[in-house]
Amino acid sequence: MLKDITLGQFFPGDTPVHNLDPRTKLLLTLVYIVALFLVNTWGGYLLVFAVLCAVTALSRIRPRALLKGLKPLVFIIVFTAVLNLFFTPGEDILFRWKFVRITYAGLDRAIAMVLRVMFLVSGTFLLTYTTSPLAITDGLERLMSPLKKLHVPVYELSLMMCIALRFIPTLIEETDRIMSAQKARGADLETGTLPERAKALLPLLIPLFISAFRRADELALAMECRCYNGGQGRTRMKQLRMAGRDIAAFVLGGAFVACVLILRRLGI
Amino acid sequence: MDPIIRIENITYAYPDAPGPALDGVTLDILPGSFTAVLGSNGSGKSTLAKHLNAILTPASGRVLVDGMDTADEKNLLPIRRRVGMVFQNPDNQIVANVVEDDVAFAPENLGVEPAQIRRRVDAALQQVGMYDFRLHAPHLLSGGQKQRVAIAGVLAMEPEVLVLDEPTAMLDPRGRREVVSTVEKLCRERGITVVLITHHMDEAARADRVVILDRGRVALDGAPGRVFPQADRLQALRLTVPDATELILRLNAAGMDLPADAVTPEACAAAIEEALCH
Repeated sequence: MLKDITLGQFFPGDTPVHNLDPRTKLLLTLVYIVALFLVNTWGGYLLVFAVLCAVTALSRIRPRALLKGLKPLVFIIVFTAVLNLFFTPGEDILFRWKFVRITYAGLDRAIAMVLRVMFLVSGTFLLTYTTSPLAITDGLERLMSPLKKLHVPVYELSLMMCIALRFIPTLIEETDRIMSAQKARGADLETGTLPERAKALLPLLIPLFISAFRRADELALAMECRCYNGGQGRTRMKQLRMAGRDIAAFVLGGAFVACVLILRRLGI
Repeated sequence: MDPIIRIENITYAYPDAPGPALDGVTLDILPGSFTAVLGSNGSGKSTLAKHLNAILTPASGRVLVDGMDTADEKNLLPIRRRVGMVFQNPDNQIVANVVEDDVAFAPENLGVEPAQIRRRVDAALQQVGMYDFRLHAPHLLSGGQKQRVAIAGVLAMEPEVLVLDEPTAMLDPRGRREVVSTVEKLCRERGITVVLITHHMDEAARADRVVILDRGRVALDGAPGRVFPQADRLQALRLTVPDATELILRLNAAGMDLPADAVTPEACAAAIEEALCH
């Protein structure tokens, strides 16, 4: 059960998309999201869809993996659709029954919103599918490094994220172990009403927290023994370097935004 | 030869503890030596280890690392760079989720040039035999492999002394063998000074020198071949003797005449062979 947790799943690969600098991918994802909110025509949605397909194909991510990522969001998507479908005012009425009425504008809006949510999520999934969590952290750290001047502890934040990622599997393993131990002593974690089950989690959470604190303590000591001294004066083994393909990606990203703007202007 | 670490009559007591954890310990650690520190629970061996790289500083007496006093704040980083420390639980020492990134952590902290870090990381991983695993995620490795990564993480600082605080306590027999033979190799081939804190007599038998602590004091100190045959003393200190010594002592009690200083299995086997063939 605990093995199913995927946080920012990553599919390693050696494609032009995988090999882009994480900073490029982060920035382009941001550009993509902003552009998506500028789209207000069917032509625009078609363009976004085409771009999404192209990137997916280029990164050799199976479309099924993207659809699987959308699965947990079905509720939100349906909710958005229903809200827009029933509560958009308009003149042309498509369907009316008692107080329920659906307008053409509502149908339009519902489809557009569903597409927008799906494209938004798929786009960000493409980022996490093709970029390792470590590379994302690294990219974020370097993108935010100007904030160091404002005394934002950028390095410390990224180290915290790194360590959190590193300890997720360890803590999952530990949870499994504690669960087995408590079950062996007759703890019932699976049946009962919701409050009962919440209560049954306590003997799981308390040892987990205690052990997590103990780990944190030991890790801090081990880090100090390895001369950890804060972010100052630190160097990095792996240097990020922008390459020709990153420039190409930015040019394509710019062209995409320009197309979105033109379609918006033309109203197609 | 000047000692790399000089421990001069140190005492230390934990707050809230009834008695001192260390009560007048004096030791010299020679460069390139392999010292095993033994003792039952609460004998102060981990406390002693923590004094070697200034995690703890003595209440009285002093510890000198390469001539630098551990009590002086400004010596902290140079001391920690020279004296690397490996702990019991390998999971709680690994910082990054890729092996090579973890090994790079210490030299990155020290501000080493990127190309130089690469070289050190590769060298450290090769020395512990984990180079082929450099791109693996640590949580998928076995206990012994993780502990070797932890050792590599310390070696990347290019330390002169390696202090290991019960590094095999959480490992299975195979992992234990991997770690101990790695440590032994580092000492014999690379000339790294090793201080191994352990519970296992058989690991200690491989050292040049065994120091046995009891209630914060040095109870016995000498070559394994001289310390381990004193079975009665060890028993009084709530310790056992290595299997090889045990065997030799029993055979001798049964009338054979074997040298009692054969404390490793290899030496023991050789001694028995010699006795049988003559």
